[in-house]
Amino acid sequence: MTAPLIIFFVLAALAIFGAVSLILQRHPIYSALSLIVVMVALAGLYLLMGAEFVAAVQIIVYGGAIMVLFVFVIMLLNAGLEERTNFSGLATYAGIPLALAVSGFIAAAIARSGGYLPAPAPSGALTSTKTLSMLLFTEFVYPFELTSFLILVAILGAIVLAQREN
Amino acid sequence: MPIHEHLRPILEYLWIIPLLPLLGSAVNGLLGAKWPNKTVNAVALGSTGLSFACALEAVREFMAGGQAPFRKEFFDWIIAGNFRAGFDLQLDQLTVVMVLVVTGVGFLIHIYATGYMAHEGGYYRFFSYLNLFMFFMLILVLAANFVLLFVGWEGVGLCSYLLIGFYFLKKSAADAGKKAFIVNRIGDFGFMLGMFLLFRAFGSLDFQTVFAKAATWQPDTVGQFGTLTIACLLLFMGATGKSAQLPLYVWLPDAMEGPTPVSALIHAATMVTAGVYVVARSHVLFTHSPSAMYVVAIVGCATAIFAATIGLVQSDIKKVLAYSTVSQLGYMFLACGVGAFGAGIFHLMTHSFFKALLFLAAGSVIHAMGGEQDMWHMGGLASKIKVTFWCMLFGTIAITGFIPFAGFFSKDAILFAAYQSENSGKAFYAVGLLAAILTSFYMFRLVWLTFGGEKRYDEHHVHVHESPGSMTVPLMILALLSLVGGWFAAPALWGGPNYFAEFLSPVFGNAELVGGEAAHSLELTLSIVAVLAAGIGLIVAWRMYSSKVVRGTSTGLHKILYNKYYVDELYQATIVGPLVWLSRNVFWKVVDVGMIDGSVNGIAHGTEAVGDTVRHAQSGNVRSYAVWVIIGAIVILAIIFWPLWRPAFFVATSGGVR
Amino acid sequence: MVPTNYYLILSAILFGLGIVAFVFKRNIITLFMAIELMLNAVNLAFVAFSQSLGKPDGEVFVLFVIVVAAAEAAVGLGIVILTARNRHSLNVERVDLLKL
Repeated sequence: MTAPLIIFFVLAALAIFGAVSLILQRHPIYSALSLIVVMVALAGLYLLMGAEFVAAVQIIVYGGAIMVLFVFVIMLLNAGLEERTNFSGLATYAGIPLALAVSGFIAAAIARSGGYLPAPAPSGALTSTKTLSMLLFTEFVYPFELTSFLILVAILGAIVLAQREN
Repeated sequence: MPIHEHLRPILEYLWIIPLLPLLGSAVNGLLGAKWPNKTVNAVALGSTGLSFACALEAVREFMAGGQAPFRKEFFDWIIAGNFRAGFDLQLDQLTVVMVLVVTGVGFLIHIYATGYMAHEGGYYRFFSYLNLFMFFMLILVLAANFVLLFVGWEGVGLCSYLLIGFYFLKKSAADAGKKAFIVNRIGDFGFMLGMFLLFRAFGSLDFQTVFAKAATWQPDTVGQFGTLTIACLLLFMGATGKSAQLPLYVWLPDAMEGPTPVSALIHAATMVTAGVYVVARSHVLFTHSPSAMYVVAIVGCATAIFAATIGLVQSDIKKVLAYSTVSQLGYMFLACGVGAFGAGIFHLMTHSFFKALLFLAAGSVIHAMGGEQDMWHMGGLASKIKVTFWCMLFGTIAITGFIPFAGFFSKDAILFAAYQSENSGKAFYAVGLLAAILTSFYMFRLVWLTFGGEKRYDEHHVHVHESPGSMTVPLMILALLSLVGGWFAAPALWGGPNYFAEFLSPVFGNAELVGGEAAHSLELTLSIVAVLAAGIGLIVAWRMYSSKVVRGTSTGLHKILYNKYYVDELYQATIVGPLVWLSRNVFWKVVDVGMIDGSVNGIAHGTEAVGDTVRHAQSGNVRSYAVWVIIGAIVILAIIFWPLWRPAFFVATSGGVR
Repeated sequence: MVPTNYYLILSAILFGLGIVAFVFKRNIITLFMAIELMLNAVNLAFVAFSQSLGKPDGEVFVLFVIVVAAAEAAVGLGIVILTARNRHSLNVERVDLLKL
C-alpha cells in the first residue's frame, strides 16, 4: 500500500460519501453542501494525478462560483424540505436497477479492457500550466473562442430570464 | 412507266378513307350539340360521302394499276424487340369488295337516318357514333395486320354498344348494349389468344408474313390439333362473337333495341360481317386446318337452321329480321367452312344489300305506324305505303333466292359448294336447303302479316303515312342493288365466266370447281331445286297468312320457338347468375369490403390503437423521461459493448477492436 | 502509482450515483446538482485518461466542460427561478403541463 493509493482511497471514499449524502438529504441546501464536498474531493484527486491547474480551476470555478450560485438560488427561493410526491411509477421502480445497469456496463467495460491502458507517466512531467495554455491558444483556440461566445450568451440569457416583469 | 402509275393520290394516302368519318364524328360529337339538324347532316353525310368517293377513286386506281395488291406502311405503332405492328393499310380484291360495301351501304344508310331520326333527341350524338363506327369498320377492312384489325374489331364493338344503347334512358336498351359488348368480349378473348398463338408461331402479325409462312407449313390432318388448327379455332371463336353464331349469337336479337338504321348498318350489313371477313382473310390458315374448317362449317350450318326455326314464329318485325341475319351469317360461314371463300364473300355482299334494304323498309313501316313493331298489330298496309311495300318485297324475293335477284346467285353458290364438299357435304346441303325453305316461309310470312290481309290496328290512333324522300330514295337504290347485285355471277349460268369469283381468285386461289360439264349441269340442277324450295316456303306462307289470320295461343313447340329455345334463360341460370352471385358475395363482400377495405381501414385503426397506447409515455413527468433516456443509453451502450464481450459473433469485424 | 482503472471505476460509480439522484429527487435545484455530479464524474475520467496517455488534451477538455457547466448552471437556474415563480412550487412533478 503506497501513499498515493491510500490518499486515493480516502478521497474516493469522501467523494462517494458526498454523493450518497446528496441523494439521501431532504433539504436542498444540505445536498448543495454535499456536492461541494464531492468537488473538493475530486480536486484532491486531480492534484494526486498531477493536474494542478485543473484542480485549482475546479475549486475556484466549480466550488467557488457555481456552487455559490446554487446556494444563493436556494436561499432566494426559500426552498424548503422536499415534498414526498410520487407520480411516476416507472421512475420509482426502474430507477435503481437502470442506474446500476449503466454503471455496471461502464465498469465492466473498463475492467475487461483495463489491460490496454498504458501505465501512468510520472506525475507533473507533462501537464504544467504552461503546456496547457500553449495548447489552449494554439490547437484549441477555436473551441476557446466559441466558449467565450457561449459565456456571453449565457450572461445575456440569465439577465433576460431573471428580469422582473414590468 | 405509264403516267397513271405515278399519280396514285388516294392510294398513297389511303388513310384518308377512314379518317374522313373520324373527323366527321369528332366535329359532330364535340361541337354539334347545339347545331340544327341540317348542319349535323352536312358534316355526317359529307364525311361519309367523301369517304365513299375516295374509296371509289382508290378502287379505280387499283384497277388501273393492274389489280396489283397494294400495301403501305404509314407509321410504326408498336415496336417491341423484333415485333412490329404498324399502321399498315392494304388494298386487294377482297378489300375492294369490303370497302365498297361498307362505304356505299353506309352512305345510303346515313341518308336514310337523316330522315328516320329527324325528330329524335341526341341527333348529333347519333351521327357522331355512326361516323365513328364507319371509321373503325374501315380500319378493320383496310388493316394489313392482325393488330390493327383488332383495333377496328374492338372499335366496332364499342360503337355497337353505344348505338344499341342510344336510348340509354330505357333500361332494356342499356341492358342490350351491355349484353352485346360483353358477349363480344368473350369472343374477343378467343381472338386475342389466336393472335398470340400466331405471333408465337410466326413471329409477326402482318398478314403478308403470316400467310406467306403458313403457306409453307404442312397442313394439319383431320383430328390433329396442331398450332394452325388451334389458332384458327380461336380466331373463329372471335368470329362467332362478332358475327353472332352459336353459341354467342344471343346479343343480336336484343340489339334490335337500337334505332333501325343502326340495326341495318351494324347488325346486318357491316359489323356482323367482320367475322366472315376475318375467316376469309385468313383462308390460308384455315385451308391448312381441315378440322377447323369442319368446325366452321358445322357451326355455320347449325346456326343457319337454328336461327331460322326461331324466326318462324316471332311477332316483332325486327326480331324476325335479326334471326334472319344470324341465319344468313351461318350460310356465309358454311361457305367458308367448305372452302368456298369466294362464295361466302359474295353472299356477304348481296346479303348486305338486301338485309339493309329489309331493315330500312321495316324501319319505314315502323315510322309509318308511329313506332309500332308488332306485326300482329299491322296488316293491310300494301295499298297505303306503296314504295315501302315494293322495296320490302324486292328484299324478300332477294333473300329467299328467286332468280334473277341477288340472293339466288350467292345462296346457290354456297349450296353447290356445300354439296360438293367431301366431309358430309350432302348433309350440309340438306340442312342448308331446309333452312332456305324456312327462310322463304318466314320472310313471306313477314310480308303478308305486315302488308297483306286486313288491318289489325286502330286507324284513329295510327295515322299511316309514307316515309319522306330521305328514307325512300335509299330504299329504292338498295332495292335496285338487290336485283342486280348478283349479276356478276350470272354468266356462269350459261357456261360463261363467273366474274365475281374471277375477281376474287387472286386472293383465294382458283376457287373454280373442276369437273367441267358434269359439274355445270349439277349446278343447274341444284339451282332449280333451290328455287323450288323457296317456292315451297312462299306457298305455305301464302296459304297461312295471306288472308284473314287470327293469332292463336302459344303452346308446345310454338312456345319453345317463340321463347328462343330458352337459351337466354339457360345462359342466365348457368353462367350469368352464378357469376353475379360470385361477384356479389365473394369478390365484393369478402375481398373488396373485407380484405382490401379491411386492411386499409385496419392499418388506420391499428395506427390509432398504437398511438393511443404510446401516448401514455408522454406523461409530462420529468423523472419518467429521465428513465427513458437512461434506457436508451443502456441500449446504445449494449450495442457498442456487445462485440467486446462476444467476439465470436464478430470474428471478421472485431479485428479493429482487439 | 494508482492504476488508471481505479479512477475510471470511481468515475463510473459517481456517474451512477448521479443518475440515481436525478431519477429520485424531486426538487428542481437538486436535479441540477445531480447533473453537476455527473459532469464531474466525466471530468474525472477525462483527467485520468489524460494522465495515463501522457497528453494534456484531456485536461483542456475538462476546462471546456467546466465552462459549459457554468454557463448551463447560470441559465438553468434562471429558468428555475421563473418556473418557481409561476408554479409556486419547486417540485418537478408539479411541472407537467406538457402531458398528453
